[in-house]
Amino acid sequence: MMKNVIKKNGPVLTLGVVLLAGLVAPFADRSTTAGFYVEVLLGGLMAGVLYSLVALGFALIFKASGVFNFAQGAMVLFAALAVARLAEQMPLWAAIPLAMVIMVALAWLIERLVLRPLVNQEAVALLMATLGVSYFLDGFGQTVWGSDIYSIELGIPKEPVMILESLFQGGILVNKEDFVAAIVAAALMVALALFFQKTVTGRALRAVADDHQAAQSIGIPLNRIWVIVWSVAGFVALVAGVIWGSKLGVQFSISQVALKALPVVILGGFTSVTGAIVGGLIIGVGEKMAEVFLGPVLVKAFDLAGGGIENWFAYMLALLFLLVRPEGLFGEKHIDRV
Amino acid sequence: MFYRENGQFKSNYASDQQMLPILQDRAFMLGLLTFAFAVVPFVVSDYVFLSLLIPFLILTLAAIGLNLLVGYCGQISIGHAAFMAVGAYSAYNLVLRIPQLNFLVVLVLAGLIAAAVGMLFGIPSLRIKGLYLAVATLAAQFFMDWLFARVKWFTNYAHSGSVQTAPIDLFGWIVDTPVEKYLFLLGLLIVFTLIAKNLVRSHIGREWMAMRDMDVAAEVIGIRPVYAKLTAFAVSSFYCGVAGALWGFVHLGAWEPLAFGLTVSLNLLFMIIIGGMGSLLGSYFGAAFIVVLPILLNQVPGLLGVPISTAMASHLEFMIFGALIVFFLIVEPHGLARLWAIGKEKLRLWPFPH
Repeated sequence: MMKNVIKKNGPVLTLGVVLLAGLVAPFADRSTTAGFYVEVLLGGLMAGVLYSLVALGFALIFKASGVFNFAQGAMVLFAALAVARLAEQMPLWAAIPLAMVIMVALAWLIERLVLRPLVNQEAVALLMATLGVSYFLDGFGQTVWGSDIYSIELGIPKEPVMILESLFQGGILVNKEDFVAAIVAAALMVALALFFQKTVTGRALRAVADDHQAAQSIGIPLNRIWVIVWSVAGFVALVAGVIWGSKLGVQFSISQVALKALPVVILGGFTSVTGAIVGGLIIGVGEKMAEVFLGPVLVKAFDLAGGGIENWFAYMLALLFLLVRPEGLFGEKHIDRV
Repeated sequence: MFYRENGQFKSNYASDQQMLPILQDRAFMLGLLTFAFAVVPFVVSDYVFLSLLIPFLILTLAAIGLNLLVGYCGQISIGHAAFMAVGAYSAYNLVLRIPQLNFLVVLVLAGLIAAAVGMLFGIPSLRIKGLYLAVATLAAQFFMDWLFARVKWFTNYAHSGSVQTAPIDLFGWIVDTPVEKYLFLLGLLIVFTLIAKNLVRSHIGREWMAMRDMDVAAEVIGIRPVYAKLTAFAVSSFYCGVAGALWGFVHLGAWEPLAFGLTVSLNLLFMIIIGGMGSLLGSYFGAAFIVVLPILLNQVPGLLGVPISTAMASHLEFMIFGALIVFFLIVEPHGLARLWAIGKEKLRLWPFPH
């Protein structure tokens, strides 16, 4: 029994072992202190939370409508720009709900103008349509809101604090803001889980995700469900955008960095909300670790002109994962039927 | 009335299999080629060569390459600029390290190296398809971007990481004026189009299309998916590699790292969506469209007396690209090439309604 399980999951286990080894490897170098290690780990987790947030919107849409939403990154940028610019005119507590209204309107427009005419098309056509949407949103957002770098002030102190000084030599530097962000992200995930499990709408969403035709035949309006899903994804994008924007400033590169959500959903499984969260954390930690500990080794070994391996590490990890387990960590196994 | 095949009978196999079976098409093509070779070099200004025709010719080649993979074999790729980069840097290093090599040989070798890399990144396509493959090709994109920016050997230890090339020397013919570049590229493009056209109507192309239309069924009738998919990746990357080398050597002359970034990949994809997937002609239309549109957007408002800033123009470009892609996918999923075909169909009856 045990042997069978190991045999069946051999490649996955191997990959897991390699990843774990990567996690412990930094200690091979004596100069790595535990404090620094934990700092990097926390930094990775923080970045991972942001990736998770973007990936969450991704997984939601894919689950409910089978659309691979390339525009999620553009939605994050759009939402962040909206909040940043509206907050210049009004207090933040008014700007965020107003931005949310805009995101809902956007979801409705996307459903009306893009998804409805393309219903029943192949998945690849829909992917390209969302590529178009993402281009449009990038241009539109910057035309309407401007293309400079803006900041979102959440009123949370930014200066780092030392914690656990008794445990590690020299303590650990953390941002209070990061903690708040992590808590917000966790709260959001709990709220989404409750929404999906406990409300009528959430149940309808899950039904649609399960089987479009069956859901339609028992009277669930597909079009409205899609608007709701895109609105929820817009809401998630808004949260991600606000957190990201307050941390790093609102600028065009958000849209590009958000592409990292793609490897995250691959890793976690396309249809799984849990997968998006776990995948995001793995990718976040993995790439920070790789950048900080593996980077200098590579630079030294191959005489590179600088590190920057975090630009591709996530994608390569996803690629490896695809080879050994195409359905991802928590995804449903896909079986071809003729 | 004029565009009718009445009375043109095929009496042997050769005429049955020719590429342009209708006399009017052959005449049109002959006229077009004569115009391109004999008239254009004399009437067109250097500006048009450098900013329109040369990019158009090279991007068409790359678009044909991507179309072979996405349009004919159905394997989506959003990282094809990576293979252009492989081609460009291979050519640069070949010229640098083996200077006595003829540039045509360099082009072919650069294409072959790109093909090898393309096959490597095509391996995941054997296990995964569609959307998943998109991410695998993204991996190629970001990895190659990083590789050429960081590994100093590829750029010959240049400080800024940018590389420079000398004009091409073909058996003593130095290709350096815009007209010469244009003629050189036009000749190459015609050769590569002919090869692609014959590939897609031969057994290999049919295998690709069978894979695209239904992979399981194709496998059942005896098409090897490994062979079909990897050849598509190889040929496609070969085309893009050659296009990349030409883009670097003929169009840019000197380029920075990230000259072949994600934007280029997405632009290539847009070309084949707008032009028409699964159509070589579509690659031409798409490339022309993508090359002309930004220039138009920069010029038209000025001519209309409504000056807009360059930043505004680039945002508008984004919006128009995005809107057009959605528009084409909804209204005409087969792109401009399909409109062309419809036009030809109408022309057969014109000016009569039936």
